[in-house]
Amino acid sequence: MTNYQLTWLRKNLFNTWYNSLLTIVCLIFLFWALQGVITWVTTKAQWTVIQVNLRLFFVGRFPQTLYWRAWIVLAIATSLSSISCGVFFNKQQFTKLRLAIFALITSLLLSFLPLDLTSRIWLLFNAFLLLTGSWIGKTFNQVISPWLSLIWVLSFPIILWLIGGGFSLQYVSTNLWNGLLLTVLMALVSIILSFPIGVLLALGRTSKLPILRLFSILYIEIVRGLPLIGVLFLAQVMLPLFLPTDWRLDRVIRGIAGLVLFSAAYMAENVRGGLQSIPRGQIEAAKALGLKTYLVMLLIVLPQALRAVIPAIVGQFIGLFKDTSLLSLVGLVELTGIARSVLAQPQFLGRYAEVYLFIGLIYWIFCYSMSLVSQRLERQFK
Amino acid sequence: MTNNNRFWQITAQLIAIFVAAILVTILGSNLNRNLQQLGIQFGFDFLKQQASFDIGETPIAYKATDTYIRALSVGLVNSLRVAITGIFFTTIVGITAGIARLSDNWLVRHLSLIYVEIFRNTPLLLQLLFWYFAVFLSFPKADNKMSLWGFISFSQNGIETPWVNFSPEFSALLLGLIFYTGAFIAEVVRGGIQSVPKGQWEAARSLGLKPGLVMRLVVFPQALRVIIPPLTSQYLNLTKNSSLAIAIGYPDVYFVASTTFNQTGRAVEVMLLLMLTYLTLSLTISIIMNLLNRTVQIKER
Repeated sequence: MTNYQLTWLRKNLFNTWYNSLLTIVCLIFLFWALQGVITWVTTKAQWTVIQVNLRLFFVGRFPQTLYWRAWIVLAIATSLSSISCGVFFNKQQFTKLRLAIFALITSLLLSFLPLDLTSRIWLLFNAFLLLTGSWIGKTFNQVISPWLSLIWVLSFPIILWLIGGGFSLQYVSTNLWNGLLLTVLMALVSIILSFPIGVLLALGRTSKLPILRLFSILYIEIVRGLPLIGVLFLAQVMLPLFLPTDWRLDRVIRGIAGLVLFSAAYMAENVRGGLQSIPRGQIEAAKALGLKTYLVMLLIVLPQALRAVIPAIVGQFIGLFKDTSLLSLVGLVELTGIARSVLAQPQFLGRYAEVYLFIGLIYWIFCYSMSLVSQRLERQFK
Repeated sequence: MTNNNRFWQITAQLIAIFVAAILVTILGSNLNRNLQQLGIQFGFDFLKQQASFDIGETPIAYKATDTYIRALSVGLVNSLRVAITGIFFTTIVGITAGIARLSDNWLVRHLSLIYVEIFRNTPLLLQLLFWYFAVFLSFPKADNKMSLWGFISFSQNGIETPWVNFSPEFSALLLGLIFYTGAFIAEVVRGGIQSVPKGQWEAARSLGLKPGLVMRLVVFPQALRVIIPPLTSQYLNLTKNSSLAIAIGYPDVYFVASTTFNQTGRAVEVMLLLMLTYLTLSLTISIIMNLLNRTVQIKER
C-alpha cells in the first residue's frame, strides 16, 4: 500500500477511536450482508422465472406479431430523450472512459439477456440511437432547443397510435397493454395531463379572487389529505357512477384519471412554491411596462416560476412512476400487476424474492436515472 | 380602469361559481340515477347492520356478529397502531441515516447513501410485498423460530418479544413503512443539517465542545427549524401510505372499509367516511407538528 492510500484510510476510516469502531462494525455488517446475498443469488435463487417471463414483464400480452411497433416506440423514446439530454447537458464530454462504460453495459446486456436475435438487433439499434441522439443534441443544441417541446408533444400521438393501433394499423385493446409498457405510458400521460391542471390550481390558489382561491384550496387540501389508493378507488369505482350510464370509460383511462386527480394537487403545491419565489419587483416592473395582468403571468412570472421548480417536478414524476404500482391493486396489469400474474403461475409459486427483486431493479433504474437528471438540472440552473 | 378590473374580477368569480354549480348538478343527478339503477339509496343506516366478516387483528373486542361501525373502529385502531409506532421508529431510522450521510467516516457515509437510494427509488408497494411474501412468509415455522439474543424471535408468526407479539402482516407493514419513509427523512435531516452555516460548527468547536455535543446543542436545534415542515409531510405520507396494508392483508381502516364496500356496495358513503377519517388523521398530525414547529422557531424580540 502506498503512503497516499494509508493516509486516505487513516483520514476517512480510522481518524478517531469511535470511527475505527464504526468502520469495523460496518465492515462486519457489509461482509455478512454481501455473503448472504451472494450465496442466495448464486445458489438458492431460481432465475428461470425471470428468463421465461421476460417478455411478459416488458410488454405483457401485447401481440407478438406486433412487437415491431413496440420497438419503434422504444426507438422514438430513446432518440428523443437522448437528444433532450444532449441539449440540456451540452457541456458534458464524451470521454473515453464514459464511452467504454457505455459499451461495456450495452454488450453485457446484449449477451446476457435471454433474448432472440431480432430483439438483440433492436437493442443494439437503440444503443446506437442513444449515442447519436446525445451527439446530435449536443452539437445542434442552438437549433434544436426551441423546437424540443414541440417535437415531444408531436411524438406523443404517434406513440399512442403505434401502441393502440387504428387508422390502418391493427387495433390493440388496452387489455393487452401490460407490464413496463403500461407503467411508463400511464406515468407519462398522467404527468403531462396533471401539469397544466396543477399550474391552473396553483394560479387559483395564489389568485386575489376569493372564490377561485377557495375552490383551489378545497381541492388541493382534500386530495392531499387522502391516500392515493383511495383516490384510485374513487376513479375506478365512483367515476362511472358520476358519469352518464352509457359512457363506458376504459379501465386504463380511469386509472390515469385517478393518477391525474392525485398528482395535480401535489403539482399545484410545487408550482405555488415557484410562484412564491418570484420577487414582487418582477411583477411590478412588468406592470410598469404596461403589460396586462395575464401577460405578466404568462410571460414573466410563470416561466421563471416553472424553471425554479423543475427539480420538484422531476421529483413528482419519480413519485408518480413509483405510484403507478398501486394500480395493480385496482386490477390493472402494469409492472407490479404482471409480477402478480407471473407469481400465480403454478410452476413459479413462491418465487417472490426473485420476481420482486427483478421488477424492483427495473423501477430503481428508471427512478434513479430520473433523480440523477434532476440533480444535474439543479446544478445547471444554479 | 380599476372599475373595469373589478368588474372582470367579479364576473370571473360568478362564472366560476356558475360552472361549478352546473357541474355539481350534472354529476349529482348522474350519481342519483346510477344509484337508483343499482337499487341503492344514500344513507348511513347500513353501518348498524351486522358486518359478518372476521378481522385478523382485533386490538379492541370484535366478533363477526358485530356491526359495520364496530368493524370500522377496529380498523381505525389498527391504523392508528401502525401510524404511531411507524412515526416513532421511522424518526429514529431517518435521523440516524441522515446524520450518517454526513459522517466523516467514508464507509458509514456511503452505506447510508446506498440505503437511501435503494429505498427511495423503488415503490413502497413493492417493498411491502417483498417484506411480507419474500421475508416474513419465508421465515421458519413457529416451532423452529430464529432467535436474536434470546429475546426477539422471527418466524412465520411474525416478531415475538417478551412484551409484545407482532403478527407477520403488522410487522411487514411496519418495517416497510419505517424503512421507506426513513430514507426520505434521512434526506430531510441531511438538508436541514447542511443548512446550518459552517460558522456555527466552527464557533461551537472553538468553544471547546466535543463533536457530539456540537451536534446536539448547537447544530441540531437550528436544523430542526428547516427539518420540521418537510418532516411533517413525511409523517402524513406514512399515515396515508399505511392504507397499502390492503396489499398484504393487514386489517387497517382502508382494508375494513373496502370489505364493507364489497359487501354493501355503498361506494359513496364508504368513500365519504374514509375521506373524513384520513382528513382528521392528517389534520391532527399537522396541528401537533405545527405546535412543535412553533416552539423551535427563532423568537425574535
